[in-house]
Amino acid sequence: MTALNPSNTYAWPDAEGRFGDYGGRYVAETLMPLVLELQEAYAAAKADPSFQAELDDFLEHYVGRPSPLYFAERLTAHHGGANIWFKRDELNHTGAHKINNCMGQILLARRMGRTRIIAETGAGQHGVASATVCARFGLPCTVYMGATDVARQAPNVFRMKLLGAEVFPVTSGRATLKDAMNEAMRDWVTNVADTYYIIGTAAGPHPYPEMVRDFQSVIGREAKAQLHARIGKLPDAVVAAIGGGSNAIGLFHPFIGDETVRLIGVEAAGRGLDGPDHAASLQGGRPGVLHGNKTYLLQDDDGQILEGHSISAGLDYPGIGPEHAWLHDTGRAEYRSATDQEALEAFQLCSKLEGIIPALEPSHALARIGEIAREVGKGGNVVMNLCGRGDKDIFAVAEHLGVKL
Amino acid sequence: MTNRLDTRFAALRHEGRAAFVAYVMAGDPDPETSFEIVRGLPAAGADVIELGFPFSDPMAEGVPIQKASIRALKAGMTLAKVLGLVRRFREDDRDTPIVLMGYLNVILARGLARFADEAADAGVDGLIIVDCPPEEAGDLTDELERVGVSLIRLAAPTTDDARLQTVVKRTSGFVYYVSVAGVTGAKAASAEAVAPAVARIREASGLPVAVGFGIRTPALAAEIARVADAAVVGSALVDEIAAALDVNADPVSKVMQKATALAEAVHSARSGAEA
Repeated sequence: MTALNPSNTYAWPDAEGRFGDYGGRYVAETLMPLVLELQEAYAAAKADPSFQAELDDFLEHYVGRPSPLYFAERLTAHHGGANIWFKRDELNHTGAHKINNCMGQILLARRMGRTRIIAETGAGQHGVASATVCARFGLPCTVYMGATDVARQAPNVFRMKLLGAEVFPVTSGRATLKDAMNEAMRDWVTNVADTYYIIGTAAGPHPYPEMVRDFQSVIGREAKAQLHARIGKLPDAVVAAIGGGSNAIGLFHPFIGDETVRLIGVEAAGRGLDGPDHAASLQGGRPGVLHGNKTYLLQDDDGQILEGHSISAGLDYPGIGPEHAWLHDTGRAEYRSATDQEALEAFQLCSKLEGIIPALEPSHALARIGEIAREVGKGGNVVMNLCGRGDKDIFAVAEHLGVKL
Repeated sequence: MTNRLDTRFAALRHEGRAAFVAYVMAGDPDPETSFEIVRGLPAAGADVIELGFPFSDPMAEGVPIQKASIRALKAGMTLAKVLGLVRRFREDDRDTPIVLMGYLNVILARGLARFADEAADAGVDGLIIVDCPPEEAGDLTDELERVGVSLIRLAAPTTDDARLQTVVKRTSGFVYYVSVAGVTGAKAASAEAVAPAVARIREASGLPVAVGFGIRTPALAAEIARVADAAVVGSALVDEIAAALDVNADPVSKVMQKATALAEAVHSARSGAEA
């Protein structure tokens, strides 16, 4: 395997959609022409300044960007290490980073003349963001969501319906995000003429991992400029939670060429990496092919995909975006994990010390932020993506804490 | 060594009739019953057996084959056992071609080279991998060519002439035409729409063309058999297993009845049309 050149020459993926050995386009032949067409359409849009201008306008006036970069003073004091900064993507319209990507993709779908949108969702944040942009542009939207997640994320299901989307509960498998994605793929292969599939994470067949990364990279670009404006230098580390990995790659990507900046992803360790109940694909899985790309997957010896587990419905996906697989293998990024219990504790700590109720997804990054801040040491700077707000999780958290609402 | 697929299609061409390709899921509803079903299919009229190997996430399958996968996995089916089933089948049947069909991750987990060796040794004649388009199939094709197993490619309604050239490169045995945009067993194919596609693919590949994904009834199988070299039926056979289990009936005899009806329809299709 070729080594990653950690300079600004980083130019993955290649023309075949590969990040080293990972990525690619593993889809049924029926979808292959559509995937190739999408690749062309995205390349054209990416090269067209008017596309970026339109996107920037919506990001500013509709999504509410730039999101603030906030110095978490009390959390910094509590942990006694480097300065901790939050990139406040939970303040975006719809409450998470997901809308950055949805806005980009819906503008592309319109450009391509597609008239119907489908999406998969786990926690419901991507479903809500998809339903939101569909409402804004008047396009019908079908969201596939595992029946288990429909039950544990009732507020988001209601939001999607209010926004006019049809929510389709998926009952196959363990009825979570992976199964929702299978069903969305089945819809896409059935409705090839008019349908655009907004994938919510930086995974799937090429060009999705690249495209979603590009749309989410606004997070890292802003954070870099904002920190520079505040303190005149680069951070020592950037940290984000990882399910499929879209918020993390969005934060990491603009820093990949900056060799001094550590890139740290935090996977969901669920009930612990020793047992089967986690969603840490990099630390507990091995390479394989699922949902159109080659990447690390939780799987058994026969290649059957295992169901991930996490307290966070947004992280319990048995795979990870292919670019993370590559950054992992080359050592450019480091990956750690946090258990359900650690995330719950961090969720409460952040609420009490900073007056910010985080989503359970970034609570995994929050669970590791103290040790990372201490490793970096006093005077250093760590930027963490607070990628979602916790309103959607209060029922689940209350249940785990034994509180009846 | 002459490939069993080539021999079989040549013989059928000589007889002037189309092939009936029967798809069942290996291990459905359990390994032993599944073996009895596969063993019975040639006598019921199957010219080629397409044997699914189960995967946890069968993205191109409709509900019947999804459920068949789940039944097989619950019954403990693995790729090694699928190959064992083929080996056992070959003890009595040296002639009926067997094509394995499934998803790439299961093959990757086995290892491409190891799988190729084991498949050839067991008596597998061809492989269809739903989620491995030609662009990603280089290594797999190398291994299968090394052991003389055909990698059968899929063409779809969305495959245009330019792309068809890519699809048919380094393929052998036959080309599988996915007759509808959709998952298996959900939409019905139309013989009128299929005919020009079959002609196009035959022309580009020089190979027989099998049509599947949208054929559930003997009548439609017969229509397709008039325009294609083979008609593939899967979901309708697999549904017989599910129905038999629901009422505690014998899945083997139910599948054989259905296969016999489909085979008769396919085999008499052209003579019927000419009469």
